[in-house]
Amino acid sequence: MTGVENPVGTPPTTSAPARGDGARRVGVVVRRLVLSPAVLSVAGALALTTIVMIAVGVDPSLAYPALVRGALMDGNLEYTLAAYVPTLGMAVAFAIPLRAGEFNLGGDGQLSLGGIVAAALALHAGGSYVVPLVGAALAGALVAGLSAPLRTRLGIPAIVSTLLLSAPAVSLASYLARFPLAEPGTGLAQTPLLPESARLPAFGSSSYVTIALPLVAALTALWLYADARTVPGYEIRALGANREFARYGGVRVDRMAAVTLAAGGAFAGLVGGLIVLGPPYRFVDGALTAPGYTFTAIAAVLLAAGRPPAIPAAVALLTILQAGGQGMEREAGVPSQLTQIVQGLIIVIVSVAAVVRSRWTGRQA
Amino acid sequence: MNAFLAAVLTATAPVVLAALGGLLCSVSGVFNMALEGQLLWGAFTAVLFSHMTGSAWLGVAGAVLATTLYALLLSVPAVTFRADPVVVAVGTNLLALGLTAFLMRQVFGSGGTFSSPDLSGLPTLAELGLDLPVLGPQSPLVPAAFLLVAWAAWWLGRTRSGLRLRGIGQHAEAAESIGLRVPAYRHAAVLGAGALCGLGGAQLALGNVTLFSEGMSAGRGWVAVVAVMLAGARPWLGLAACLLFGAAEALGFRLQGLGLPQQAADAAPYLITLLALVVAAATRRKVRTV
Repeated sequence: MTGVENPVGTPPTTSAPARGDGARRVGVVVRRLVLSPAVLSVAGALALTTIVMIAVGVDPSLAYPALVRGALMDGNLEYTLAAYVPTLGMAVAFAIPLRAGEFNLGGDGQLSLGGIVAAALALHAGGSYVVPLVGAALAGALVAGLSAPLRTRLGIPAIVSTLLLSAPAVSLASYLARFPLAEPGTGLAQTPLLPESARLPAFGSSSYVTIALPLVAALTALWLYADARTVPGYEIRALGANREFARYGGVRVDRMAAVTLAAGGAFAGLVGGLIVLGPPYRFVDGALTAPGYTFTAIAAVLLAAGRPPAIPAAVALLTILQAGGQGMEREAGVPSQLTQIVQGLIIVIVSVAAVVRSRWTGRQA
Repeated sequence: MNAFLAAVLTATAPVVLAALGGLLCSVSGVFNMALEGQLLWGAFTAVLFSHMTGSAWLGVAGAVLATTLYALLLSVPAVTFRADPVVVAVGTNLLALGLTAFLMRQVFGSGGTFSSPDLSGLPTLAELGLDLPVLGPQSPLVPAAFLLVAWAAWWLGRTRSGLRLRGIGQHAEAAESIGLRVPAYRHAAVLGAGALCGLGGAQLALGNVTLFSEGMSAGRGWVAVVAVMLAGARPWLGLAACLLFGAAEALGFRLQGLGLPQQAADAAPYLITLLALVVAAATRRKVRTV
């Protein structure tokens, strides 16, 4: 479909640095880091954003410090951390199928449906947060899994089917929150407060940072290990790199594609559940999709450019930008949508930088 | 019935224009998924230029120009640098969402929805003296969209340059070997798609309604992508797919009036589009295996 069989991009194979004195080796490492697509893209995107700021009459020397303060200082760190967890989860939800060459753009739908299922189970099944979270993951897996037979049997690209399924899933969650599960008597598009027993315990002193943080971190670590060190992880990467070769090598390609899509959806659904079971402990219509976790996560994964271990750092960078954008809006009066501009530019530049770099290193070798 | 048909045509026109652009790209061998963002950018710039100049037609011209320029963001990375067009499109779609919301706040001073009495919309054909049954309440861009489909069908099937564009999509090396400049054709296709999306966005913001609201393209660009996948290189088939979508949207509005929840009306066009895709793929598969 894409023409490029490996949208993730394999890490460029550069030859080992020549054995010279230490300083030269440091120089090589620094140069490689500075010229890496990720650093180039972020720098390029920030430069272009600065031009946009100046063009519309915003003073960058006020806006950028406000951005950093809004993300990291004045007690904002806990909100940034609270936003980091869902973004990291959504990044993994996008990255798992991407390793097999499938784009999951339906994150918003999987997230919303996972959230509403978690709320319904917490309200009506009782008990702890375990059952709602499992239900949320299953709901997400089901929505994303629908795209698998469409892809493997009918040849409909997952990028299209996941996206087309996303909007109805968001609508369905919205309908459930407004009518059957709505808080009676208020007329607001939200469910009642969830019972105490189903709420996620706080992690540390801040009530905004729940045990979702260690849970998502552990699952991410598990995926990173599985991707790099296990047989299914290898098979999935082989499938993403070259479908026909993987089939020839004995990989059950259709099943693997289905597994990765469902696993990605499960991650997204779980994130939805974790958001709903955390503060403010209810499903509020639109609250899951409004912060734009899905596309921040996609930008982060593409920024990590085929190196999964770099995903947590890329997510951190973009979450800081996103959270800082709110602070920038409050302090400097710059609309927070500026951070979406940065993300979009990063994706465009990183796609070019990756190709140019691989061609350049290929010519050198 | 006439009112319903008119509603179908109104809902279809922006999608048809975007899909026609996507079809030109797909025929030339570039998979264009950037239509959604370009439609949104077209809608915003149409409102911006119409508001600035006070003339709807200058708004349309401004949107066509601005969206053609915006399409450079796809054509240069994807054609010149051969970056993955899907990844680039994900980026430009996100960029359009951010850029329009940001500029809207900076220029018009508020988010959400912008409309103003100063903003002039496109005249209807009835106002221009052509009071036809279904087309009367439409802007001139609606019949223009359908005429462009006819033109594209003729151009791709009957002219030298159209056939060359198709040849490039089918076998770029072979086309190159007879001396065709492949990148030039592909740049032209992507920029042409940008112009058509500009026109589609202008129809959306100045024809269907007279306002701009955040994210108002609302998935129409993706429906256009699906229409392109269904159509292959046949513009008439793409038109049929777009009409199906337009009918679903118009029907959704109707049913909403009869008490169907708004969420179901929102979801209907997507589900019907997906269903059409599934049916088409399944029948194609059956034909192949038999």
